[in-house]
Amino acid sequence: MADQVFWDDVEEGTKLPEVVKNPTTQQLVKYAGASGDYYQIHYDQGFAKNNDLEDVILHGALKNAFLGHLVTKWMGPDGYLKRLACQYRGMDIPGTPVTAKGLVTKKYQDQGANLVDCEIWLENENGERTTPGSATVALPSR
Amino acid sequence: MTTPASFLTEEMIQKAIGQKSAPRSIDIEKGAIIKFAQAIEDDNPVYNDEQAARDSRYGGLIAPPTFLRSVGVDRPEYPFDMPFTRLLDGGSDWEYFHPIRAGDRITAVAEIADINERTGRMGLMIITSIVVTYRNQFDQVAATQTSTSIRY
Repeated sequence: MADQVFWDDVEEGTKLPEVVKNPTTQQLVKYAGASGDYYQIHYDQGFAKNNDLEDVILHGALKNAFLGHLVTKWMGPDGYLKRLACQYRGMDIPGTPVTAKGLVTKKYQDQGANLVDCEIWLENENGERTTPGSATVALPSR
Repeated sequence: MTTPASFLTEEMIQKAIGQKSAPRSIDIEKGAIIKFAQAIEDDNPVYNDEQAARDSRYGGLIAPPTFLRSVGVDRPEYPFDMPFTRLLDGGSDWEYFHPIRAGDRITAVAEIADINERTGRMGLMIITSIVVTYRNQFDQVAATQTSTSIRY
């Protein structure tokens, strides 16, 4: 069973354990099928190049899902995700790993809920944040 | 390729804001949830394992946070001819109010919240902010998604 993180034990600056992903063209096809997003820039290299892209690129929404994985894994079975946001600033291509990272930026209470805001992002091999975002989760207290 | 320096007029913007898509309803199937979790490679048992999900506080399988993307909501129609065919996804901002469970029936409606234009590396771009509201069979808003789409 996954460990549970408690609001009491979290501080501003607490890091979320990283989640490393190694997306492949096969994963993009699986994601296209599972999500219903069949835009060809995600699996047809000729089509992608015709659209001024260097290669097929990861679905933005797949990167969003990777960040969701980061946050929901960290918050544990009794955490509750309230908000998940990200911006697709840079493109990521299959065959190169991306790492989901995050840290707590604010710890507070609102209407009886124990909340934390996190800064989250996906980083490519060069350390560039291609997909910055933020999340808010409610955590249990001890 | 040449693109115009400007395309949107104030009148077009005012007409576009508030345009809604037709509602789209889908039944949330257990198999679709599991397939989605496998595609994003998230092994959390509440998405993948019926028995473990029953023992969780949810009492059954729930969908991963971005699963609702697969509802495939229609885009609101623009009240003008869009001069660009290329499309990029700029980002998403989700808010969650109720878990999405296997067996739910979700109805989604998309609405244009804002539209503007900008000149970037690839020339003129039209940037639309679209809010999708996802309601469950109890007419509860389960989630909202504000997404940014870029046409160029």
